[in-house]
Amino acid sequence: MASKQQGVKPVTTVSSAGHSRRDFLYIATGAVAAVGGAATLVPLISQMNPDASTIAAGAPIEVDLSPIAEGQVIKVFWRGKPIFVEHRTKKEIDEARSVDLASLPDPQTDQSRVKEGHDQWLVLIGICTHLGCIPLAHQGNYDGFFCPCHGSQYDTSGRIRQGPAPLNLAVPPYAFLTDTKIRIG
Amino acid sequence: MSGHSTYQPQSGFMKWMESRLPIAGLVHSSFIAYPTPRNLNYWWTFGGILSFMLGVQIITGIVLAMHYTPHATLAFNSVESIMRDVNYGWLLRYLHSNGASMFFIAVYIHMFRGMYYGSYKAPREVLWILGVILYLLMMATGFLGYTLPWGQMSFWGATVITNFFSAFPGIGEALVTFLWGGYSVGNPTLNRFFSLHYLLPFVIAGVVVLHVWALHVVGQNNPTGIEPKGDRDTVPFTPYATLKDGFFISLFCIMFAWFVFYTPNFLGHADNYIPANPAVTPQHIVPEWYYLPFYAILRAIPNKLLGVLALFGSIIILAFLPWLDTSRVRSARYRPLYKQFFWLFFAVCIGLGWLGSKPAEGGYVLAARVLTFYYFAHFIIVLPLLGIFEKTKPLPNSISESVLKEGVPLGAPAPAPTAKV
Amino acid sequence: MIVSRTLLALVATAFLAAPAAAQEHGAPQPPAQKWSFAGPFGKFDQAQLQRGFKVYKEVCASCHSLSLISFRNLAEPGGPGYSAAQAAAVAAEYKVQDGPNDAGEMFERAGRPADMFPHPFPNDNAARAANGGALPPDMSVLAKARTYERGFPWFVFDIFTQYQEQGPDYIHAILMGYEEAPKGFTLPPGAHYNKYFPGHAIGMPPPISDGQVTYDDGSPQTIDQYGKDVSAFLMWTAEPHMMARKRLGLQVMIFLLVLTGLLYFTKKKVWKQVEHA
Repeated sequence: MASKQQGVKPVTTVSSAGHSRRDFLYIATGAVAAVGGAATLVPLISQMNPDASTIAAGAPIEVDLSPIAEGQVIKVFWRGKPIFVEHRTKKEIDEARSVDLASLPDPQTDQSRVKEGHDQWLVLIGICTHLGCIPLAHQGNYDGFFCPCHGSQYDTSGRIRQGPAPLNLAVPPYAFLTDTKIRIG
Repeated sequence: MSGHSTYQPQSGFMKWMESRLPIAGLVHSSFIAYPTPRNLNYWWTFGGILSFMLGVQIITGIVLAMHYTPHATLAFNSVESIMRDVNYGWLLRYLHSNGASMFFIAVYIHMFRGMYYGSYKAPREVLWILGVILYLLMMATGFLGYTLPWGQMSFWGATVITNFFSAFPGIGEALVTFLWGGYSVGNPTLNRFFSLHYLLPFVIAGVVVLHVWALHVVGQNNPTGIEPKGDRDTVPFTPYATLKDGFFISLFCIMFAWFVFYTPNFLGHADNYIPANPAVTPQHIVPEWYYLPFYAILRAIPNKLLGVLALFGSIIILAFLPWLDTSRVRSARYRPLYKQFFWLFFAVCIGLGWLGSKPAEGGYVLAARVLTFYYFAHFIIVLPLLGIFEKTKPLPNSISESVLKEGVPLGAPAPAPTAKV
Repeated sequence: MIVSRTLLALVATAFLAAPAAAQEHGAPQPPAQKWSFAGPFGKFDQAQLQRGFKVYKEVCASCHSLSLISFRNLAEPGGPGYSAAQAAAVAAEYKVQDGPNDAGEMFERAGRPADMFPHPFPNDNAARAANGGALPPDMSVLAKARTYERGFPWFVFDIFTQYQEQGPDYIHAILMGYEEAPKGFTLPPGAHYNKYFPGHAIGMPPPISDGQVTYDDGSPQTIDQYGKDVSAFLMWTAEPHMMARKRLGLQVMIFLLVLTGLLYFTKKKVWKQVEHA
């Protein structure tokens, strides 16, 4: 039977002729297909980012400071994060400013963590810089914040003093609109 | 089907791996060296297209599930928020909803190709039956997915389809209550439909593995319907079949993209942009286009139970095709009479689909009855008899021979002058 | 052969008999309008969307909600082209319910860009009660939720012509379709005759009249123009990313044509040495 199929040869490889030569057509096809495959990833990855409604809901918020008594901390939410707004006492401010900066794990002056002329107002993102728990106010050895999860202790300026957290509590972007009103975000 | 190059691990690591988990060898033998008939035409690329579409549906589906909320009061708005707010959400959703239609277009072509060339015949019966199971799973998945946006068509489609099961005497009522998880289609129904819609594609993927396994055991059929007789009749899967498949997948994507980007709602129903309302049924309740022939069969039968049985029967009967077709010749190329009946059957399926979209009244019902009768007659009467009475054309001796001298077989008896029936 | 021919004839007869026997019912087809956003390169006309928004705000909004649209959408790309400040100003015109406050009470405040358009009625039943039992539908996706039967063979051509403006055509036609009920047509109480409404008895009274909304850009202040503008606006609310979709579509199409061409020639080259059918 094979004798009747002289014209047909078995095909086992791509081709013997020109196999070693890198063919432009093959490379172009492969490259275009690869570009297309990569472009396909864009929407698949991009969809994981916050959507438009989440971004819009993360717009700045305004907080009225007038009801906050001296020594009181309130908690508001901005972008799903708890924001501490503390009306500090004179004693707390003095404590925060009398610390030797060299002794701090993350040295920052208290002045740099509040707005000038509004020294009594401390605004912090209330998330422990260790692993994201919410510290408790007015607790711990430094009169500031104490994180119940892993024992990090912050002072009256929200600076890390003791425990596993590496950094001070972060200060969110905010500005005073009036003496009794701030805009966070 | 041996004689092609087998996998030889090159590096030390691959040798080490190959003696422990021969996965590279499996890939090599299944997708590189695997011998495919050299005469496959483009109708054979739809298996690859289907695999591609399954991948598209699973990937876009997983991504959509990250944003979708399966709750009766939130589902509609969560789909709208995907369309409006999620980055590229409109693209992912339109890909998924149109992808379902593309999937069905491909599966119908794949099935009709199998019928035309007799791909279900021995030894490919199990391969074919696995295909029928895949088709059933696809229909279930498509239906479940269509309920998820919780628009009017979703809700009423779910109601009508689940009510099929109320046709079973005695247990019907209890059965639908069980399916709904309530006394009507509601939130529990939506929740379970979402869960199952997420599950079934992976079941499909599993059965696809079996389908491909069965395919690689018996080898591909080909347009001549005769088995390859050795290396001369086949080419290695890579690069020959991969490139051919790749070309047609790319072509298929052009059609897919046309729908997604330019007419994304053409294949859907406007009513599904109306939130589900249990108090109002849409004027014309029609399923998605890919169910229309079966919907026509359902409505053609005036009895509720018989209608449902006919609908299920019209799909189940496909599983018996390998035994209903009694002809010893596979390909319609050499079966002049079968070829005509095949196209008639094809026209009947299209006709049933068209009738399924029309209201069930007057002449439409009559036409649907005629076509339903023919649909079943094709399997039960025409195919068994054709095998006995049809005078087939002589087959070529081998694939190579048919490739070289189309239609003039060498070494075979000369074609009878009265080959035409 | 004869058998199959006979069967084919039978099938054909069934087909021809079917439509003839089926009852003709429903309204005339809405006339197709020219839309700037039709076709593969279609774009929304910003001025038209702004006019349409004005019509919605001054006329439709008294009964129809727009519950899926937020004020910020007005400033998003591919839309009516307002600036973020303009969208915020529009939002501020609306009162939005918020709360509860520290005292546990709900309160009203000025709208913000992230807010949705507030509903004109507190709930659907209140809307029905105020509108003679008919619920004015939400308008957010109305332009995609309304259509009319295209029929064979037009629906096949629509794939290629990309005609998919049935919704805006229908909405425009409804606004234009109010007329005297023909003799012998009995309108249910409270209903109005509309040529293009399925069944002709529509609950909505003629919503707009010539000159009702003032346009600043000199566009004609006619029902026809109002209808076109508000339909275009509703097409945007239903499909806010249409322009992005068509733009990306063109890029994808060009890419696929190049890739398909390359694959074709690669395939041809590889198969050149192989005889195949």
